[in-house]
Amino acid sequence: MWFKRFFKKRSTRIGIYGPPNAGKTTLANRIIKDWSGEAMGSTSEIPHETRRAKRREGVTITSNGSAVTFDIVDTPGLATKIDFHDFMSFGLEEEEAKRRAKEATEGVIDAIKWLEDLDGILLVMDSTDDPFTQVNVTVIGNMEARRLPLLIVANKIDLPDSAPARIHSAFPQHPMVPISALENTNIDKLYNAMADHFGG
Amino acid sequence: MRGVQIDLISSERLSSMTSMEKIRLILDEVQEGKIVVLESGLDPQEETKLIEVTMSEISPEGFIGIEIESYPQKRRQGLLAKLFSKNPHARLTVIGPANQMKMLHKDRDLISALVSAPEA
Ligand SMILES: Nc1nc2c(ncn2[C@@H]2O[C@H](COP(=O)(O)OP(=O)(O)OP(=O)(O)O)[C@@H](O)[C@H]2O)c(=O)[nH]1
Ligand SMILES: [Mg+2]
Repeated sequence: MWFKRFFKKRSTRIGIYGPPNAGKTTLANRIIKDWSGEAMGSTSEIPHETRRAKRREGVTITSNGSAVTFDIVDTPGLATKIDFHDFMSFGLEEEEAKRRAKEATEGVIDAIKWLEDLDGILLVMDSTDDPFTQVNVTVIGNMEARRLPLLIVANKIDLPDSAPARIHSAFPQHPMVPISALENTNIDKLYNAMADHFGG
Repeated sequence: MRGVQIDLISSERLSSMTSMEKIRLILDEVQEGKIVVLESGLDPQEETKLIEVTMSEISPEGFIGIEIESYPQKRRQGLLAKLFSKNPHARLTVIGPANQMKMLHKDRDLISALVSAPEA
């Protein structure tokens, strides 16, 4: 139908969400690099590296012979607490740690605001962490309330104590893809799942 | 007696409050070092609003944020429950100051937390 095609013209906007340090930007960089040859942003072992959401338009993924075009939004890690002392334990000076904490609080607000402008999300979790966190419960609750599709990405499966099965049993109602964004494991499976779940 | 104040707020009380009233009540109590237990928690939009307002009130040397835990949504809900309940997602929720409360364990049906008294 013509009007459906008309409204479909905007590409599907996918937000990459999750707690700090889960590997969201590493994954965003991987996706952008694989399909458009560039990079999204900097990554770091210090949490709250991304403190402002970044959108990359027109990323076309082909999977099983069909092409889907996405806008990819990498968001700052969501948290309910931010203590600048935590950054000092990574070696940051007090002033810099305080500035990072301030920007991190603004980043969380930015990420929440973006929730309203999305067609679906990739919820990235660190498979070595406990999945039952309020951040995960809240993001999933929001997507369910908006009836928007959600794909859980169980990242860091290269690490010996990763337990993606624990993530699946925590949130069995949503599809999950176990990957290593860093070591490029299972990324093709993720692309297939993205095309299936968000495309069409 | 020195200790931690815990306020348990009933669903009846909560259902008569607006979203912002709930969020204000929670953050005021938590910033005074109290633990708040909501019989029926917040809906997902209220939860994100609570996180937003929390972030805007964090300050160095002062408030560092909240610890909040609730159970994930029940897996299957009847259509009738969905239609007639005003707030089908809400479940028992505990909220406290992040510098006094630490989650020990959480799964589908158990939340275990350690709470310390506010610094004098
Ligand atoms: N072992 C392992 N490490 C990873 C993987 N993906 C990301 N990392 C590392 O985890 C750390 C955090 O990665 P980021 O991509 O910056 O995480 P983020 O989710 O964007 O974090 P914020 O922007 O702070 O919210 C970095 O040191 C990455 O190299 C992975 O699959 N395996
Ligand atoms: Mg990042």
